[in-house]
Amino acid sequence: MIVSSTNTAKPATGIPALLKTAFVNALIALVLFSLMVGIRTEAGSDGQLTYWTRFGEVASLVAAVFGGSIVIGLLRQWIGPNGTDKLVPPAVRSGMSFLGRYLAPVLLIFTVLVPVIFYDQRYILDLAILVLTYVMLGWGLNVVVGLAGLLDLGYVAFYAVGAYSYALLATNFGWSFWVCLPLAGILAAFWGVLLGFPVLRLRGDYLAIVTLAFGEIIRLVIINWQSLTGGPNGVSSIPRPSFFGIPLDNSDNGLAARLGIEYSPTHRIVFLFYLILALALLTNWVTIRLRRLPIGRAWEALREDEVACRALGINTTTTKLTAFATGAMFGGFAGAFFATRQGFISPESFTFQESALVLAIVVLGGMGSQLGVALAALAMIGGFELFRGLETYRMLVFGMAMVLIMIWRPRGLIGHRAPTVYLTKAQAISSDLVKEGHG
Amino acid sequence: MDYFAQQLINGLVLGSIYGLIAIGYTMVYGIVGMINFAHGDVFMIGGFIALITFLILVSLGLTAIPVILLVVLLVSMAITALYGWTIERIAYRPLRHSFRLAPMLSAIGMSFVLTNYSQVAQGARVKPIPPFITGGYTLHESTDGFVIQLSNIQIMVVVTTIVLLALFTWLVSRTRLGRDMRACEQDQTMAALLGVNVDRTISMTFVIGAALAAVAGLMYLLYYGLVDFFMGFVAGIKAFTAAVLGGIGSLPGAMLGGLAIGLIETFWSAYFSVEYKDVAAFSILIVVLIFMPTGLLGRPEVEKV
Repeated sequence: MIVSSTNTAKPATGIPALLKTAFVNALIALVLFSLMVGIRTEAGSDGQLTYWTRFGEVASLVAAVFGGSIVIGLLRQWIGPNGTDKLVPPAVRSGMSFLGRYLAPVLLIFTVLVPVIFYDQRYILDLAILVLTYVMLGWGLNVVVGLAGLLDLGYVAFYAVGAYSYALLATNFGWSFWVCLPLAGILAAFWGVLLGFPVLRLRGDYLAIVTLAFGEIIRLVIINWQSLTGGPNGVSSIPRPSFFGIPLDNSDNGLAARLGIEYSPTHRIVFLFYLILALALLTNWVTIRLRRLPIGRAWEALREDEVACRALGINTTTTKLTAFATGAMFGGFAGAFFATRQGFISPESFTFQESALVLAIVVLGGMGSQLGVALAALAMIGGFELFRGLETYRMLVFGMAMVLIMIWRPRGLIGHRAPTVYLTKAQAISSDLVKEGHG
Repeated sequence: MDYFAQQLINGLVLGSIYGLIAIGYTMVYGIVGMINFAHGDVFMIGGFIALITFLILVSLGLTAIPVILLVVLLVSMAITALYGWTIERIAYRPLRHSFRLAPMLSAIGMSFVLTNYSQVAQGARVKPIPPFITGGYTLHESTDGFVIQLSNIQIMVVVTTIVLLALFTWLVSRTRLGRDMRACEQDQTMAALLGVNVDRTISMTFVIGAALAAVAGLMYLLYYGLVDFFMGFVAGIKAFTAAVLGGIGSLPGAMLGGLAIGLIETFWSAYFSVEYKDVAAFSILIVVLIFMPTGLLGRPEVEKV
């Protein structure tokens, strides 16, 4: 954490000013960390609290803040106050746009080939399935946040509805995955509409809090409605998906036996991989198609200016509800997939952190950019895997990254949210049509 | 009836704590127009600092309870206020003219940072303290043996809340800083033109909000006898619910909303089910926003194009 106490109006210049700032920051850090880090408390075996001191850690943190302030101060003087945009030379920019045009197809082909390339590496296949699940969730939430501009902090609720719909229908009635998948989507969409109704009048921050409360309500109900959902113990032994009715197991009528090839557990993983890839691509395709329909245009218009939308006669009620329902439906699909992949679900998988993670993916991806969301999901989940050894630190790093990205590039790392339709040049309109001349 | 009276007392005490946190939300929303999502975690940090200070003082051999309480209160208010200032400086000030969702997302990130920072720094386990303020009064004993208790700690929580509220109302309505705050709330540009230091006023808002959250943290620690790194999340959402219920931007509303949420939660647990008390509180939030989007004492929001 770097604290810079210089006022933006009069940036520190020269080494003495820089040192002074760094010194003040270090002093603030000393006070902040003195008790929280310097004294470590722990409850002993008899319930009595004990404490011990950790002044070494405080000293190194304060030193890090001191050094960090100097480095940041120097960087600021070096780069200048106008941000980093000027630093990119035009040649690199045109290269980037060239890359951007071909990145999506290349990435898609690579993704399709992943099970072929990494057939023997179970870990990579599992990770790829995880990344694709988040890509799908990101694309689903992108409809709500990126296109319609409605900040939804409870998206994980629909994921949970989908997962529990499939898990309960399959374990209680023995329904097949392919019957339950659309049902899970429909149920999640229904809940999306149900949430949508009360929040229609709300905007921005209020909407965020209500969706957050809704997500928590769903989670608390799942935890407490033990007779239906199994409570905190979750639902276990959820059936695995079949290849359209043909089980993917070692039995005589399994897919491997019918095809006359040797059975391997990897078949199921590869099948799951292509399943989630297909679902994610369906999400993407539907979103892209919807963007070209009047409803998609209405979403984007709603995001840009709600009041203008209403003035132009767009029905904001149905526009918002369809956005919620569509996003929720994809969340439900992803949830059903999650349940069948895991074979076990519990309320722990559907916490607020999950919602925040998906939201962070959408925001990092540039809110509205499909490719951006996919890359952001890859970066996020990949980054999480890198920090796997440092379990406790990774949410800390995640939070810091969210703050820094908002400061550095609030519009997201990759994409930019240009409306799908816009006038490329101002059009002159004859003065016969407009009194003032130019329109 | 006696059971009802006892629950009423418990609810009012809980509501006082929520109200103190809610003031921080409502003040920041009034001036900057953003939900300070990390405020619940500031409350948690306040509780931790109070716990650590308390532990040091006791191990130094201090026994005078009023002295200990006073020192703990001052230290935890001071350090937590500095946390509030730092958070605003790092995570919110650079985003003041950014797009609408940016401060909100930055605040969510900051909330994660604070939660996990205290988990890393202080461990994941619940930290209990022995009952510190004991004793109380028996108000009424009914024939079937049910006793209405009013403990000293409950009296202390309510009295502290009332004193702080009085102090705070005086600050906002009578001092230079309060006038600056109200000016910034109405029109920041105009306030700046008239010589109000907007940056400093906003910083002070965060500092005061954090200090009040620290008091709430100390009260929570004394009342429940424990702190843990995750308590800020739920308390934060409920306090925000309280602020919305009372009408966001309105200071008496925040306190009123806090009391309402505390009472609803207590009565729900007492007469219906403990498991669904949070569901009840969150449902209230949704219902209030449907029927009274401006809350109990709030002003209607003007739509700007």
